[in-house]
Amino acid sequence: MYYKSTGYRIFNVANIVFLSIISIACILPLIHVLAISFSSGLAVDANKVTFWPVEFTIDSYKRTFADSDFVGSFINSLLRIVLGVSIGIIVTVLTAYPLSKMEKLKGGKPLAWFFVFTMLFSGGLIPTYIVIQKLHLMNTIWAIVLPNALGIYNMILMLNFFRGIPKELEEASLIDGAGHYATLFRIYVPVSMPSIATIVLFITITHWNAWFDALIYLKKEQWPMSTLLQTLVKAPDPSQHMTAEEAMMLTERTLKAAKLFVGTAPILLVYPFLQRYFVKGMVLGAVKG
Amino acid sequence: MRIKTNLALYGMLVPGIILTIVFHYLPMAGLVIAFQDYKPWLGFSRSPWVGLDHFRTAFTRPDALQVIWNTFIIACMKIIVNLAVPVLFALLLNEIRKVAFKRTVQTLVYLPHFLSWVILGGIITDMLSSQGVINKLLMPLLGLQPYLFLADGDWFRAIVVVTENWKEFGFSTIIFLAALSNVDPSLYEAAEVDGANRWQQTLTVTLPAIVPIIVVIGTLAMGSILNAGFDQIFNLYNPLVYEKGDIIDTFVYRVGLLSSQFGLATAVGLFKSGVGFVMIALAYFLAKRLANYRIF
Repeated sequence: MYYKSTGYRIFNVANIVFLSIISIACILPLIHVLAISFSSGLAVDANKVTFWPVEFTIDSYKRTFADSDFVGSFINSLLRIVLGVSIGIIVTVLTAYPLSKMEKLKGGKPLAWFFVFTMLFSGGLIPTYIVIQKLHLMNTIWAIVLPNALGIYNMILMLNFFRGIPKELEEASLIDGAGHYATLFRIYVPVSMPSIATIVLFITITHWNAWFDALIYLKKEQWPMSTLLQTLVKAPDPSQHMTAEEAMMLTERTLKAAKLFVGTAPILLVYPFLQRYFVKGMVLGAVKG
Repeated sequence: MRIKTNLALYGMLVPGIILTIVFHYLPMAGLVIAFQDYKPWLGFSRSPWVGLDHFRTAFTRPDALQVIWNTFIIACMKIIVNLAVPVLFALLLNEIRKVAFKRTVQTLVYLPHFLSWVILGGIITDMLSSQGVINKLLMPLLGLQPYLFLADGDWFRAIVVVTENWKEFGFSTIIFLAALSNVDPSLYEAAEVDGANRWQQTLTVTLPAIVPIIVVIGTLAMGSILNAGFDQIFNLYNPLVYEKGDIIDTFVYRVGLLSSQFGLATAVGLFKSGVGFVMIALAYFLAKRLANYRIF
Protein backbone atom coordinates (compact mmCIF):
# COMPACT_ATOMS: atom_id res chain seq x y z
CA MET A 1 0.00 0.00 0.00
CA TYR A 2 1.82 3.06 -1.28
CA TYR A 3 -0.11 5.52 0.84
CA LYS A 4 1.21 4.00 4.05
CA SER A 5 4.83 4.69 3.11
CA THR A 6 6.60 7.58 4.87
CA GLY A 7 7.52 9.24 1.61
CA TYR A 8 3.93 9.33 0.45
CA ARG A 9 2.72 10.64 3.80
CA ILE A 10 5.13 13.56 3.58
CA PHE A 11 4.02 14.19 0.00
CA ASN A 12 0.40 14.06 1.08
CA VAL A 13 0.81 16.68 3.80
CA ALA A 14 2.82 18.94 1.47
CA ASN A 15 0.20 18.46 -1.22
CA ILE A 16 -2.65 19.42 1.09
CA VAL A 17 -0.80 22.53 2.23
CA PHE A 18 0.05 23.49 -1.37
CA LEU A 19 -3.49 22.99 -2.66
CA SER A 20 -4.87 24.98 0.27
CA ILE A 21 -2.55 27.89 -0.50
CA ILE A 22 -3.51 27.85 -4.18
CA SER A 23 -7.22 27.72 -3.36
CA ILE A 24 -6.96 30.64 -0.98
CA ALA A 25 -4.94 32.58 -3.57
CA CYS A 26 -7.91 32.24 -5.92
CA ILE A 27 -10.20 34.24 -3.66
CA LEU A 28 -7.80 36.52 -1.76
CA PRO A 29 -8.03 39.38 -4.29
CA LEU A 30 -11.81 39.34 -3.90
CA ILE A 31 -11.55 39.40 -0.12
CA HIS A 32 -9.09 42.27 -0.37
CA VAL A 33 -11.52 44.34 -2.42
CA LEU A 34 -14.36 43.47 -0.08
CA ALA A 35 -12.24 44.58 2.89
CA ILE A 36 -11.37 47.89 1.17
CA SER A 37 -15.01 48.55 0.35
CA PHE A 38 -15.99 48.25 4.02
CA SER A 39 -13.08 50.30 5.35
CA SER A 40 -12.81 54.03 5.86
CA GLY A 41 -10.95 56.06 3.26
CA LEU A 42 -8.40 57.06 5.89
CA ALA A 43 -7.57 53.48 6.79
CA VAL A 44 -7.19 52.55 3.12
CA ASP A 45 -5.05 55.62 2.59
CA ALA A 46 -2.77 54.56 5.43
CA ASN A 47 -2.53 51.06 3.91
CA LYS A 48 -3.90 49.36 6.97
CA VAL A 49 -6.35 47.24 4.97
CA THR A 50 -5.43 43.81 3.68
CA PHE A 51 -8.06 41.15 4.22
CA TRP A 52 -10.17 42.55 7.01
CA PRO A 53 -12.04 45.89 7.09
CA VAL A 54 -10.44 48.60 9.22
CA GLU A 55 -12.69 51.27 10.74
CA PHE A 56 -15.72 49.46 9.40
CA THR A 57 -18.17 51.63 7.49
CA ILE A 58 -20.79 51.17 4.82
CA ASP A 59 -20.37 54.72 3.54
CA SER A 60 -19.05 53.64 0.17
CA TYR A 61 -22.11 51.44 -0.37
CA LYS A 62 -24.42 54.27 0.67
CA ARG A 63 -22.74 56.52 -1.86
CA THR A 64 -22.85 53.80 -4.52
CA PHE A 65 -26.56 53.27 -4.17
CA ALA A 66 -27.25 56.99 -4.02
CA ASP A 67 -25.61 57.29 -7.45
CA SER A 68 -28.50 57.43 -9.91
CA ASP A 69 -26.29 56.45 -12.88
CA PHE A 70 -25.23 53.32 -11.07
CA VAL A 71 -28.75 52.33 -10.01
CA GLY A 72 -29.96 53.04 -13.54
CA SER A 73 -27.29 50.79 -14.98
CA PHE A 74 -28.39 48.02 -12.64
CA ILE A 75 -31.91 48.25 -14.05
CA ASN A 76 -30.47 48.18 -17.59
CA SER A 77 -28.58 45.02 -16.66
CA LEU A 78 -31.76 43.38 -15.38
CA LEU A 79 -33.61 44.25 -18.59
CA ARG A 80 -30.74 42.86 -20.64
CA ILE A 81 -30.76 39.63 -18.64
CA VAL A 82 -34.54 39.12 -18.79
CA LEU A 83 -34.69 39.66 -22.55
CA GLY A 84 -31.36 38.00 -23.32
CA VAL A 85 -32.00 34.87 -21.29
CA SER A 86 -35.58 34.29 -22.40
CA ILE A 87 -34.82 34.76 -26.09
CA GLY A 88 -31.51 32.94 -25.76
CA ILE A 89 -32.84 29.81 -24.10
CA ILE A 90 -35.80 29.52 -26.50
CA VAL A 91 -33.59 29.76 -29.59
CA THR A 92 -31.01 27.41 -28.08
CA VAL A 93 -33.56 24.71 -27.24
CA LEU A 94 -35.35 25.09 -30.59
CA THR A 95 -32.07 24.71 -32.48
CA ALA A 96 -30.60 21.92 -30.37
CA TYR A 97 -33.64 19.63 -30.56
CA PRO A 98 -33.73 19.06 -34.34
CA LEU A 99 -29.96 18.81 -34.51
CA SER A 100 -30.03 16.11 -31.84
CA LYS A 101 -32.16 14.03 -34.22
CA MET A 102 -29.70 13.78 -37.07
CA GLU A 103 -31.21 10.49 -38.29
CA LYS A 104 -34.53 12.19 -39.00
CA LEU A 105 -33.13 15.45 -40.25
CA LYS A 106 -32.09 15.22 -43.86
CA GLY A 107 -29.16 17.52 -44.42
CA GLY A 108 -28.61 17.66 -40.68
CA LYS A 109 -24.83 17.48 -40.89
CA PRO A 110 -24.42 20.50 -43.20
CA LEU A 111 -26.98 22.38 -41.11
CA ALA A 112 -24.97 21.66 -37.96
CA TRP A 113 -21.82 22.91 -39.68
CA PHE A 114 -23.70 26.01 -40.78
CA PHE A 115 -23.95 26.88 -37.08
CA VAL A 116 -20.54 25.60 -35.96
CA PHE A 117 -18.77 27.50 -38.73
CA THR A 118 -19.57 30.76 -36.91
CA MET A 119 -17.35 29.55 -34.07
CA LEU A 120 -14.46 29.07 -36.49
CA PHE A 121 -14.65 32.18 -38.64
CA SER A 122 -16.14 35.57 -38.10
CA GLY A 123 -16.52 38.86 -39.86
CA GLY A 124 -14.82 40.57 -36.97
CA LEU A 125 -15.52 43.79 -35.16
CA ILE A 126 -15.86 46.37 -37.93
CA PRO A 127 -18.16 44.49 -40.35
CA THR A 128 -20.36 43.39 -37.44
CA TYR A 129 -20.55 46.98 -36.25
CA ILE A 130 -21.56 48.15 -39.72
CA VAL A 131 -24.27 45.46 -39.97
CA ILE A 132 -25.74 46.51 -36.61
CA GLN A 133 -25.68 50.10 -37.81
CA LYS A 134 -27.33 49.31 -41.16
CA LEU A 135 -30.09 47.37 -39.40
CA HIS A 136 -30.78 50.48 -37.29
CA LEU A 137 -30.18 48.56 -34.09
CA MET A 138 -27.82 51.22 -32.69
CA ASN A 139 -29.03 52.60 -29.37
CA THR A 140 -31.62 49.83 -29.00
CA ILE A 141 -31.40 46.96 -26.56
CA TRP A 142 -31.66 44.51 -29.49
CA ALA A 143 -28.08 45.35 -30.47
CA ILE A 144 -26.89 43.62 -27.31
CA VAL A 145 -29.56 40.91 -27.09
CA LEU A 146 -29.91 39.49 -30.59
CA PRO A 147 -26.40 39.07 -32.06
CA ASN A 148 -25.39 36.27 -29.70
CA ALA A 149 -28.85 35.02 -28.78
CA LEU A 150 -27.81 31.62 -30.09
CA GLY A 151 -24.64 30.62 -28.28
CA ILE A 152 -23.23 27.75 -30.32
CA TYR A 153 -21.34 26.30 -27.36
CA ASN A 154 -24.51 26.22 -25.23
CA MET A 155 -26.40 24.77 -28.18
CA ILE A 156 -23.92 21.88 -28.46
CA LEU A 157 -24.23 21.22 -24.71
CA MET A 158 -28.03 21.18 -25.01
CA LEU A 159 -27.83 18.94 -28.08
CA ASN A 160 -25.76 16.42 -26.14
CA PHE A 161 -28.19 16.48 -23.23
CA PHE A 162 -31.08 15.80 -25.63
CA ARG A 163 -29.16 12.94 -27.20
CA GLY A 164 -28.84 11.33 -23.80
CA ILE A 165 -32.63 11.11 -23.41
CA PRO A 166 -33.94 7.58 -24.18
CA LYS A 167 -35.40 7.29 -27.68
CA GLU A 168 -38.40 5.35 -26.33
CA LEU A 169 -39.76 8.51 -24.73
CA GLU A 170 -39.87 10.28 -28.07
CA GLU A 171 -41.26 7.27 -29.91
CA ALA A 172 -44.06 6.82 -27.39
CA SER A 173 -44.95 10.46 -27.69
CA LEU A 174 -44.95 10.41 -31.51
CA ILE A 175 -47.07 7.23 -31.57
CA ASP A 176 -49.56 8.95 -29.26
CA GLY A 177 -49.97 11.46 -32.05
CA ALA A 178 -47.97 14.31 -30.63
CA GLY A 179 -45.95 16.38 -33.09
CA HIS A 180 -42.35 17.39 -32.55
CA TYR A 181 -43.32 20.66 -30.86
CA ALA A 182 -45.47 18.84 -28.31
CA THR A 183 -42.77 16.23 -27.79
CA LEU A 184 -40.17 18.92 -27.25
CA PHE A 185 -42.15 21.08 -24.86
CA ARG A 186 -44.12 18.40 -22.98
CA ILE A 187 -41.48 15.65 -22.75
CA TYR A 188 -37.97 16.86 -23.51
CA VAL A 189 -38.05 20.23 -21.80
CA PRO A 190 -39.51 18.94 -18.50
CA VAL A 191 -37.11 15.99 -18.47
CA SER A 192 -34.07 18.18 -19.08
CA MET A 193 -34.91 20.93 -16.59
CA PRO A 194 -31.55 20.60 -14.78
CA SER A 195 -29.64 21.02 -18.05
CA ILE A 196 -31.81 23.94 -19.08
CA ALA A 197 -31.20 25.52 -15.67
CA THR A 198 -27.46 25.16 -16.24
CA ILE A 199 -27.64 26.88 -19.60
CA VAL A 200 -29.93 29.60 -18.23
CA LEU A 201 -27.28 30.30 -15.60
CA PHE A 202 -24.54 30.34 -18.24
CA ILE A 203 -26.47 32.83 -20.38
CA THR A 204 -27.32 34.94 -17.32
CA ILE A 205 -23.67 35.22 -16.32
CA THR A 206 -22.62 35.99 -19.89
CA HIS A 207 -25.10 38.85 -20.06
CA TRP A 208 -24.21 40.13 -16.59
CA ASN A 209 -20.51 40.19 -17.48
CA ALA A 210 -20.80 41.52 -21.05
CA TRP A 211 -19.76 45.13 -21.43
CA PHE A 212 -18.08 45.77 -24.78
CA ASP A 213 -21.14 45.52 -27.03
CA ALA A 214 -23.04 48.07 -24.95
CA LEU A 215 -20.00 50.36 -24.99
CA ILE A 216 -19.96 50.54 -28.78
CA TYR A 217 -23.67 50.18 -29.61
CA LEU A 218 -25.53 52.05 -26.86
CA LYS A 219 -25.79 55.51 -25.33
CA LYS A 220 -24.40 55.99 -21.84
CA GLU A 221 -27.80 56.06 -20.15
CA GLN A 222 -28.59 52.66 -21.69
CA TRP A 223 -25.43 50.99 -20.42
CA PRO A 224 -25.65 47.93 -18.22
CA MET A 225 -23.67 47.95 -14.98
CA SER A 226 -20.63 46.12 -16.33
CA THR A 227 -20.10 48.75 -19.03
CA LEU A 228 -20.40 51.59 -16.53
CA LEU A 229 -18.01 49.76 -14.21
CA GLN A 230 -15.57 49.31 -17.06
CA THR A 231 -15.38 53.04 -17.71
CA LEU A 232 -14.90 53.65 -13.98
CA VAL A 233 -12.12 51.10 -13.79
CA LYS A 234 -10.42 52.43 -16.92
CA ALA A 235 -10.60 56.01 -15.72
CA PRO A 236 -7.06 57.29 -15.23
CA ASP A 237 -5.64 55.86 -12.04
CA PRO A 238 -5.36 58.79 -9.62
CA SER A 239 -2.43 57.20 -7.85
CA GLN A 240 -0.29 57.26 -10.99
CA HIS A 241 0.08 61.01 -10.97
CA MET A 242 0.71 62.23 -7.48
CA THR A 243 -1.26 65.45 -7.11
CA ALA A 244 -2.17 67.59 -4.17
CA GLU A 245 -5.60 66.06 -4.19
CA GLU A 246 -4.11 62.64 -3.64
CA ALA A 247 -5.55 62.08 -0.20
CA MET A 248 -9.01 62.99 -1.38
CA MET A 249 -8.74 60.89 -4.52
CA LEU A 250 -7.64 57.88 -2.54
CA THR A 251 -10.98 57.63 -0.82
CA GLU A 252 -12.23 56.99 -4.34
CA ARG A 253 -10.60 53.60 -3.95
CA THR A 254 -13.15 52.56 -1.35
CA LEU A 255 -15.92 53.70 -3.65
CA LYS A 256 -14.46 51.84 -6.61
CA ALA A 257 -14.07 48.74 -4.45
CA ALA A 258 -17.70 48.93 -3.37
CA LYS A 259 -18.86 49.22 -6.98
CA LEU A 260 -16.66 46.33 -8.05
CA PHE A 261 -18.07 44.22 -5.28
CA VAL A 262 -21.65 45.08 -6.23
CA GLY A 263 -20.71 43.92 -9.74
CA THR A 264 -19.46 40.63 -8.31
CA ALA A 265 -22.22 39.95 -5.81
CA PRO A 266 -24.85 38.50 -8.19
CA ILE A 267 -22.33 35.95 -9.44
CA LEU A 268 -21.45 34.94 -5.91
CA LEU A 269 -25.18 34.54 -5.26
CA VAL A 270 -25.85 32.19 -8.18
CA TYR A 271 -22.50 30.40 -7.86
CA PRO A 272 -23.69 27.70 -5.44
CA PHE A 273 -26.51 26.74 -7.85
CA LEU A 274 -24.21 26.92 -10.83
CA GLN A 275 -21.63 24.78 -9.06
CA ARG A 276 -24.15 21.97 -8.65
CA TYR A 277 -24.66 21.56 -12.37
CA PHE A 278 -21.82 22.92 -14.37
CA VAL A 279 -19.18 20.27 -13.73
CA LYS A 280 -21.42 17.66 -15.30
CA GLY A 281 -22.31 19.97 -18.16
CA MET A 282 -18.73 20.96 -18.86
CA VAL A 283 -17.49 17.41 -18.90
CA LEU A 284 -20.36 16.31 -21.13
CA GLY A 285 -19.52 19.08 -23.54
CA ALA A 286 -15.82 18.46 -23.60
CA VAL A 287 -15.16 14.74 -23.34
CA LYS A 288 -17.66 12.62 -25.14
CA GLY A 289 -17.56 8.88 -25.47
CA MET B 1 -47.86 12.01 -41.55
CA ARG B 2 -44.22 11.17 -40.87
CA ILE B 3 -43.04 13.77 -43.35
CA LYS B 4 -45.32 16.39 -41.86
CA THR B 5 -44.03 15.82 -38.33
CA ASN B 6 -40.43 15.85 -39.51
CA LEU B 7 -41.09 19.11 -41.33
CA ALA B 8 -41.63 20.59 -37.87
CA LEU B 9 -38.00 19.86 -37.12
CA TYR B 10 -36.95 22.25 -39.90
CA GLY B 11 -39.42 24.83 -38.65
CA MET B 12 -37.70 24.85 -35.28
CA LEU B 13 -34.39 25.73 -36.89
CA VAL B 14 -35.77 28.86 -38.58
CA PRO B 15 -35.16 31.39 -35.74
CA GLY B 16 -31.63 30.12 -35.20
CA ILE B 17 -30.86 30.18 -38.92
CA ILE B 18 -32.18 33.71 -39.35
CA LEU B 19 -30.20 35.03 -36.38
CA THR B 20 -27.05 33.29 -37.58
CA ILE B 21 -27.36 34.61 -41.13
CA VAL B 22 -28.04 38.17 -40.02
CA PHE B 23 -25.49 38.48 -37.24
CA HIS B 24 -22.75 36.11 -38.37
CA TYR B 25 -22.88 35.55 -42.13
CA LEU B 26 -23.79 39.11 -43.11
CA PRO B 27 -20.71 40.45 -41.28
CA MET B 28 -18.63 37.86 -43.16
CA ALA B 29 -19.93 39.36 -46.40
CA GLY B 30 -19.03 42.75 -44.95
CA LEU B 31 -15.40 41.70 -45.00
CA VAL B 32 -15.29 43.06 -48.56
CA ILE B 33 -14.50 46.44 -47.06
CA ALA B 34 -11.01 45.13 -46.35
CA PHE B 35 -10.53 45.60 -50.11
CA GLN B 36 -12.39 48.90 -50.33
CA ASP B 37 -11.94 52.49 -49.38
CA TYR B 38 -15.16 52.18 -47.40
CA LYS B 39 -17.21 55.31 -46.99
CA PRO B 40 -20.24 54.91 -44.75
CA TRP B 41 -22.32 57.24 -46.92
CA LEU B 42 -21.51 55.23 -50.06
CA GLY B 43 -22.03 51.78 -48.55
CA PHE B 44 -20.59 48.45 -49.63
CA SER B 45 -21.72 48.64 -53.22
CA ARG B 46 -20.48 52.11 -54.20
CA SER B 47 -17.29 52.49 -52.15
CA PRO B 48 -14.22 52.42 -54.41
CA TRP B 49 -12.11 49.26 -54.59
CA VAL B 50 -8.50 49.50 -53.51
CA GLY B 51 -7.37 45.91 -53.87
CA LEU B 52 -4.75 44.86 -51.38
CA ASP B 53 -3.75 48.39 -50.33
CA HIS B 54 -4.91 47.98 -46.75
CA PHE B 55 -2.98 44.75 -46.37
CA ARG B 56 0.12 46.42 -47.77
CA THR B 57 -0.30 49.25 -45.25
CA ALA B 58 -0.87 46.77 -42.44
CA PHE B 59 2.26 44.80 -43.22
CA THR B 60 4.49 47.84 -43.63
CA ARG B 61 3.28 49.91 -40.68
CA PRO B 62 5.71 49.10 -37.85
CA ASP B 63 2.99 49.38 -35.21
CA ALA B 64 0.77 46.88 -37.04
CA LEU B 65 3.59 44.36 -37.36
CA GLN B 66 4.41 44.83 -33.69
CA VAL B 67 0.77 44.20 -32.81
CA ILE B 68 0.71 40.92 -34.75
CA TRP B 69 3.90 39.80 -33.02
CA ASN B 70 2.55 40.81 -29.58
CA THR B 71 -0.62 38.85 -30.21
CA PHE B 72 1.27 35.77 -31.27
CA ILE B 73 3.73 35.81 -28.39
CA ILE B 74 1.14 36.50 -25.67
CA ALA B 75 -1.21 33.84 -27.05
CA CYS B 76 1.62 31.28 -27.24
CA MET B 77 2.69 31.89 -23.65
CA LYS B 78 -0.92 31.59 -22.54
CA ILE B 79 -1.45 28.34 -24.43
CA ILE B 80 1.57 26.67 -22.86
CA VAL B 81 0.91 27.84 -19.31
CA ASN B 82 -2.82 27.19 -19.56
CA LEU B 83 -2.16 23.61 -20.57
CA ALA B 84 0.63 22.77 -18.12
CA VAL B 85 -0.85 24.23 -14.94
CA PRO B 86 -4.27 22.53 -15.08
CA VAL B 87 -2.68 19.15 -15.85
CA LEU B 88 -0.33 19.46 -12.87
CA PHE B 89 -3.11 20.75 -10.65
CA ALA B 90 -5.42 17.91 -11.65
CA LEU B 91 -2.69 15.36 -10.92
CA LEU B 92 -2.11 16.82 -7.46
CA LEU B 93 -5.81 17.11 -6.70
CA ASN B 94 -6.30 13.54 -7.83
CA GLU B 95 -4.04 12.38 -5.02
CA ILE B 96 -6.42 13.75 -2.41
CA ARG B 97 -8.71 11.11 -0.98
CA LYS B 98 -10.72 13.33 1.38
CA VAL B 99 -13.78 14.14 -0.72
CA ALA B 100 -14.78 17.21 1.33
CA PHE B 101 -11.35 18.81 0.93
CA LYS B 102 -11.26 18.02 -2.77
CA ARG B 103 -14.65 19.58 -3.30
CA THR B 104 -13.76 22.71 -1.32
CA VAL B 105 -10.59 23.20 -3.36
CA GLN B 106 -12.54 22.78 -6.59
CA THR B 107 -15.24 25.23 -5.56
CA LEU B 108 -12.65 27.90 -4.73
CA VAL B 109 -10.48 27.53 -7.82
CA TYR B 110 -13.39 27.55 -10.31
CA LEU B 111 -14.77 30.80 -8.96
CA PRO B 112 -12.60 33.36 -10.81
CA HIS B 113 -13.68 31.84 -14.14
CA PHE B 114 -17.13 33.33 -13.67
CA LEU B 115 -15.97 36.85 -12.93
CA SER B 116 -15.56 39.27 -15.79
CA TRP B 117 -12.31 40.95 -16.80
CA VAL B 118 -13.95 44.25 -15.96
CA ILE B 119 -14.15 43.24 -12.30
CA LEU B 120 -10.82 41.44 -12.26
CA GLY B 121 -9.13 44.23 -14.23
CA GLY B 122 -10.37 46.66 -11.59
CA ILE B 123 -9.08 44.49 -8.77
CA ILE B 124 -5.71 43.79 -10.38
CA THR B 125 -5.00 47.39 -11.36
CA ASP B 126 -5.86 48.48 -7.82
CA MET B 127 -3.60 45.88 -6.26
CA LEU B 128 -0.69 46.74 -8.58
CA SER B 129 -1.05 50.53 -8.46
CA SER B 130 1.46 52.63 -6.56
CA GLN B 131 -0.93 52.76 -3.61
CA GLY B 132 -1.98 49.12 -3.95
CA VAL B 133 -1.40 46.28 -1.55
CA ILE B 134 1.51 44.84 -3.55
CA ASN B 135 3.56 48.03 -3.60
CA LYS B 136 2.67 49.28 -0.15
CA LEU B 137 2.78 46.03 1.79
CA LEU B 138 4.28 43.10 -0.07
CA MET B 139 7.28 44.80 -1.69
CA PRO B 140 8.53 46.49 1.52
CA LEU B 141 8.00 43.18 3.33
CA LEU B 142 10.33 41.50 0.84
CA GLY B 143 12.76 44.39 1.09
CA LEU B 144 12.07 45.52 -2.49
CA GLN B 145 11.41 48.92 -3.98
CA PRO B 146 7.86 49.68 -5.12
CA TYR B 147 7.45 49.20 -8.85
CA LEU B 148 4.74 50.16 -11.33
CA PHE B 149 4.32 46.75 -12.92
CA LEU B 150 1.54 47.78 -15.27
CA ALA B 151 3.66 50.55 -16.74
CA ASP B 152 6.40 48.15 -17.90
CA GLY B 153 5.79 46.19 -21.10
CA ASP B 154 7.66 43.03 -20.12
CA TRP B 155 5.99 42.88 -16.73
CA PHE B 156 2.68 43.61 -18.43
CA ARG B 157 3.00 40.49 -20.59
CA ALA B 158 3.92 38.38 -17.57
CA ILE B 159 0.97 39.76 -15.61
CA VAL B 160 -1.38 39.06 -18.51
CA VAL B 161 -0.26 35.42 -18.68
CA VAL B 162 -0.29 34.87 -14.92
CA THR B 163 -3.65 36.50 -14.26
CA GLU B 164 -5.29 34.71 -17.17
CA ASN B 165 -3.99 31.45 -15.79
CA TRP B 166 -5.12 32.37 -12.28
CA LYS B 167 -8.62 33.02 -13.66
CA GLU B 168 -8.95 29.92 -15.81
CA PHE B 169 -6.80 27.07 -14.50
CA GLY B 170 -9.43 25.80 -12.07
CA PHE B 171 -11.99 25.59 -14.81
CA SER B 172 -9.68 23.79 -17.22
CA THR B 173 -8.82 21.35 -14.45
CA ILE B 174 -12.36 19.95 -14.59
CA ILE B 175 -11.73 18.16 -17.87
CA PHE B 176 -8.47 16.56 -16.74
CA LEU B 177 -9.99 15.52 -13.42
CA ALA B 178 -12.83 13.86 -15.29
CA ALA B 179 -10.33 11.99 -17.45
CA LEU B 180 -8.41 10.92 -14.33
CA SER B 181 -11.54 9.62 -12.64
CA ASN B 182 -12.14 7.39 -15.66
CA VAL B 183 -8.85 5.54 -15.27
CA ASP B 184 -9.52 1.87 -14.59
CA PRO B 185 -8.62 1.20 -10.89
CA SER B 186 -7.50 -2.34 -11.74
CA LEU B 187 -4.55 -0.82 -13.63
CA TYR B 188 -3.32 0.71 -10.38
CA GLU B 189 -3.82 -2.57 -8.55
CA ALA B 190 -1.85 -4.40 -11.21
CA ALA B 191 0.94 -1.82 -11.00
CA GLU B 192 0.99 -2.15 -7.26
CA VAL B 193 1.26 -5.91 -7.44
CA ASP B 194 4.23 -5.36 -9.70
CA GLY B 195 5.77 -3.26 -6.93
CA ALA B 196 5.31 0.20 -8.41
CA ASN B 197 5.26 3.06 -5.94
CA ARG B 198 2.91 5.99 -6.41
CA TRP B 199 5.37 7.97 -8.49
CA GLN B 200 5.91 5.03 -10.83
CA GLN B 201 2.15 4.49 -10.99
CA THR B 202 1.71 8.10 -12.02
CA LEU B 203 4.27 7.71 -14.78
CA THR B 204 3.06 4.38 -16.10
CA VAL B 205 -0.70 4.46 -15.51
CA THR B 206 -2.02 7.96 -14.87
CA LEU B 207 -0.10 9.96 -17.44
CA PRO B 208 -0.60 7.59 -20.39
CA ALA B 209 -4.31 7.51 -19.54
CA ILE B 210 -4.73 11.26 -19.86
CA VAL B 211 -2.35 11.85 -22.77
CA PRO B 212 -5.17 11.69 -25.37
CA ILE B 213 -7.17 14.43 -23.66
CA ILE B 214 -4.03 16.53 -23.24
CA VAL B 215 -3.41 16.14 -26.97
CA VAL B 216 -6.98 17.16 -27.80
CA ILE B 217 -6.95 20.24 -25.57
CA GLY B 218 -3.45 21.15 -26.73
CA THR B 219 -4.20 20.90 -30.44
CA LEU B 220 -7.53 22.69 -30.10
CA ALA B 221 -5.76 25.50 -28.23
CA MET B 222 -3.66 26.07 -31.36
CA GLY B 223 -6.80 27.45 -32.92
CA SER B 224 -6.57 30.44 -30.60
CA ILE B 225 -3.03 31.31 -31.63
CA LEU B 226 -4.12 34.86 -32.50
CA ASN B 227 -6.59 35.22 -29.63
CA ALA B 228 -4.61 36.89 -26.92
CA GLY B 229 -7.71 37.98 -25.00
CA PHE B 230 -9.34 41.29 -25.87
CA ASP B 231 -11.32 41.64 -22.64
CA GLN B 232 -8.35 41.09 -20.43
CA ILE B 233 -5.85 43.28 -22.27
CA PHE B 234 -8.36 46.06 -22.80
CA ASN B 235 -9.10 46.20 -19.09
CA LEU B 236 -5.49 46.04 -17.96
CA TYR B 237 -3.44 48.05 -20.40
CA ASN B 238 -2.59 51.73 -20.73
CA PRO B 239 -0.70 53.77 -23.35
CA LEU B 240 2.61 53.10 -21.57
CA VAL B 241 2.54 49.42 -22.54
CA TYR B 242 0.98 49.65 -26.02
CA GLU B 243 4.31 48.73 -27.55
CA LYS B 244 4.43 45.30 -25.95
CA GLY B 245 0.83 44.83 -24.88
CA ASP B 246 -1.26 45.97 -27.84
CA ILE B 247 -2.87 43.03 -29.65
CA ILE B 248 -4.78 42.67 -32.92
CA ASP B 249 -8.20 42.97 -31.28
CA THR B 250 -7.38 46.10 -29.32
CA PHE B 251 -5.62 47.55 -32.39
CA VAL B 252 -8.69 46.91 -34.55
CA TYR B 253 -10.86 48.66 -31.99
CA ARG B 254 -8.62 51.71 -31.75
CA VAL B 255 -7.80 52.05 -35.44
CA GLY B 256 -11.23 51.00 -36.67
CA LEU B 257 -13.81 52.40 -34.31
CA LEU B 258 -11.91 55.21 -32.59
CA SER B 259 -10.12 56.61 -35.64
CA SER B 260 -12.63 55.34 -38.24
CA GLN B 261 -10.09 53.66 -40.53
CA PHE B 262 -12.61 50.94 -41.35
CA GLY B 263 -10.71 49.46 -44.28
CA LEU B 264 -7.37 49.05 -42.53
CA ALA B 265 -8.91 47.71 -39.33
CA THR B 266 -11.03 45.22 -41.27
CA ALA B 267 -7.98 44.04 -43.23
CA VAL B 268 -6.10 43.36 -40.01
CA GLY B 269 -9.22 41.67 -38.59
CA LEU B 270 -9.56 39.54 -41.72
CA PHE B 271 -5.93 38.50 -41.41
CA LYS B 272 -6.65 37.40 -37.85
CA SER B 273 -9.85 35.53 -38.79
CA GLY B 274 -8.09 33.89 -41.73
CA VAL B 275 -5.09 32.68 -39.76
CA GLY B 276 -7.41 31.64 -36.92
CA PHE B 277 -9.56 29.62 -39.29
CA VAL B 278 -6.62 27.81 -40.87
CA MET B 279 -5.23 27.02 -37.42
CA ILE B 280 -8.56 25.76 -36.08
CA ALA B 281 -9.16 23.63 -39.16
CA LEU B 282 -5.67 22.19 -38.75
CA ALA B 283 -6.25 21.66 -35.04
CA TYR B 284 -9.51 19.77 -35.58
CA PHE B 285 -7.88 17.68 -38.25
CA LEU B 286 -4.98 16.85 -35.93
CA ALA B 287 -7.25 16.20 -32.94
CA LYS B 288 -9.29 13.83 -35.06
CA ARG B 289 -6.17 12.06 -36.33
CA LEU B 290 -4.32 11.89 -33.02
CA ALA B 291 -7.11 11.31 -30.55
CA ASN B 292 -10.22 10.55 -32.58
CA TYR B 293 -11.93 13.76 -31.45
CA ARG B 294 -15.28 14.79 -32.95
CA ILE B 295 -17.32 17.95 -32.35
CA PHE B 296 -20.63 16.08 -32.47
